[in-house]
Amino acid sequence: MIEIKDLHKSYKMGSNSLHVLKGINFSVAEGELVSIMGSSGSGKSTLLNILGMLDEADEGSYTLDGVAIKNLNEKIAARYRNKFLGFIFQSFNLISYKNALDNVALPLYYQGVKRGERIDKAMSYLEKVGLADWAGHLPNELSGGQKQRVAIARALASDPKVLLADEPTGALDSKTSYDVMNLIQEINDEGRTILVVTHEPDIAAMTKRIVNLKDGRIIQDTQVNQVRAQQNV
Amino acid sequence: MFDLERWEEIFETIRKNKLRTFLTGLSVASGIFILVVLLGIGEGMRNGISQEFKRDAANIMYVYTGVTSKEYKGLNPGRRIQMKNEDFNYTTLKYQDDLEYKSSIYRIWNGIVNYGKESGSYRVEGVYPDYQFLENSGMIEGRFVNYKDHENFEKVVVVGNKVRNDLFKDSKDPIGEYVQISGVNFKVVGVFTDPGGEREESRVFMPISTAQRVFGGSNNIANMAFTLEPEDNFEAALAASNRFSEAIKNQLKETHTIAPDDESAISINNSLENAKRFFDLMDMIKFFFWGVGICTIIAGVVGVSNIMLIIVKERTREIGIRKALGAEPLSIVGMVLHESIFVTAIAGFIGLIASLLLLEFVGPLIETQYISNPAVNFNVALTTVFILVLAGAIAGFFPAWRAARIKPIVALRDE
Ligand SMILES: Nc1ncnc2c1ncn2[C@@H]1O[C@H](COP(=O)(O)OP(=O)(O)O)[C@@H](O)[C@H]1O
Ligand SMILES: [Mg+2]
Repeated sequence: MIEIKDLHKSYKMGSNSLHVLKGINFSVAEGELVSIMGSSGSGKSTLLNILGMLDEADEGSYTLDGVAIKNLNEKIAARYRNKFLGFIFQSFNLISYKNALDNVALPLYYQGVKRGERIDKAMSYLEKVGLADWAGHLPNELSGGQKQRVAIARALASDPKVLLADEPTGALDSKTSYDVMNLIQEINDEGRTILVVTHEPDIAAMTKRIVNLKDGRIIQDTQVNQVRAQQNV
Repeated sequence: MFDLERWEEIFETIRKNKLRTFLTGLSVASGIFILVVLLGIGEGMRNGISQEFKRDAANIMYVYTGVTSKEYKGLNPGRRIQMKNEDFNYTTLKYQDDLEYKSSIYRIWNGIVNYGKESGSYRVEGVYPDYQFLENSGMIEGRFVNYKDHENFEKVVVVGNKVRNDLFKDSKDPIGEYVQISGVNFKVVGVFTDPGGEREESRVFMPISTAQRVFGGSNNIANMAFTLEPEDNFEAALAASNRFSEAIKNQLKETHTIAPDDESAISINNSLENAKRFFDLMDMIKFFFWGVGICTIIAGVVGVSNIMLIIVKERTREIGIRKALGAEPLSIVGMVLHESIFVTAIAGFIGLIASLLLLEFVGPLIETQYISNPAVNFNVALTTVFILVLAGAIAGFFPAWRAARIKPIVALRDE
């Protein structure tokens, strides 16, 4: 599903340049649930943003679902993001003036789905994350866990190939974190490929594979026995 | 523009961000309001002053002569040009279809007028009956000189109100009395009044035929005065009078052997030409109001641009989110532009309607001397609408363009 080879990325700050990713080789098969671990500043988010086409690598190749991702202009990148990817952010990134339902429906708007169908679909995803009763609420009327569920429903709405989650539980207490991880596991159980960036070992333990990042390189990549979040609740 | 989904998205954004929309709209609406009211007042001033002008001004042309300034066909410069009856007769015959009123004038210098013990020095002139209308004189008593007087060389005079007061005091009815001018008896047949006041009323008119015969003027005339048949509008009237005065000049230059480029021998005082200066001034006033109005619009555009920039800044994160969810740059431009055009157009229409209502209902109440019927015509309203939609587009475009170019990763990091 994802295949990256010899990926490099540095940030230029004035005359200095900070080499963040120093040759990443990495692939993810369909249906995997992978966590990317590492200390703060190790380049996890940078890697995920490149995978999400929110940022571009300096060097190396990236293939997503058989499509070579290179020389993207904003227009094509937007189209690919919409078609292939769903994002889950630490800070939720819901649009504050849209209610839960309209937030979930937004990716469908950019897919050109008509309003009626959009609302139906969005509603079914809200049901899936258990928030059907909260459809009409604005984000600031929801708890952190609920917001992240709405964000997950939104990420799912466009039926993407891959879900990219950057510290999805970073802003949540542990009980809510496990709820969210439980949802992520359930979604993975249905066969969806998911990448989760985290620096918390217990969250990483709930995935099926842990990739350890240090100083811009992968130092460890192991399959693990998944801990079901359900057991911790 | 006709994308229904986009419209829904815009309406939703507007509905959920009322204050922002209100502020944007307010600056546009007030800009348009000020513009239209200004233009209305400008138009009102134009109306008011030109009405004022019409009441007083006749479209009269005075032809008078001076001395030549150029040598021509062996004739020396410095020659005094004297118009004759033939000049007048030829002109009236040639332009009989174009002329409304016409008169030549014979001036009697040192016109001492006596009645009994009273006497005074007045402007005494021989004129045609039409002269009453050329001068805008009204009769208080009796009548003006007529064609019969003219044909029969009658020794009759029409005196101004001032002359009547001087000579007859208040006591006597002057009609039928005889006055002496240079020792010759003339019967008073009328008393006239003139809008020009006392100065114009210190005049005495008699038939030109009589004046020329009695005062030895042979067939000399001092001036000719004409008005042309009315035209539909001012521009046409001005064009016609300019054409006519040019033709008269050329004709007189030819008959009196004057160099074609000699400007001092023949002069024509064209009151419409004077009026034109006046209307040019009015046009300047109009341009001034337009200038002020356009500056208002520009200020409005800058204001809206600023607001839109702030809005876009405020929405940076939202734009980042939209991009992450698959919004193409063009759709971001479209979204911001669409909203700004829509808001400015609606706000502009509100400003337009408010100002039109004001002009419609308050306008007629302010009937001062210099402002009358302040109004804006349909074309101006249309122009305004066009300007405001354009303004909305310009005001929205730069912020939209900026928004569309923000990289999603940068936008998402925005706090
Ligand atoms: N836009 C940027 N400009 C400059 N430096 C950056 C930028 N984004 C991240 N960095 C730096 O790159 C390094 C890796 O950042 P990041 O990928 O966010 O780490 P992580 O997510 O693992 O905490 C950090 O040192 C960070 O300061
Ligand atoms: Mg990070």
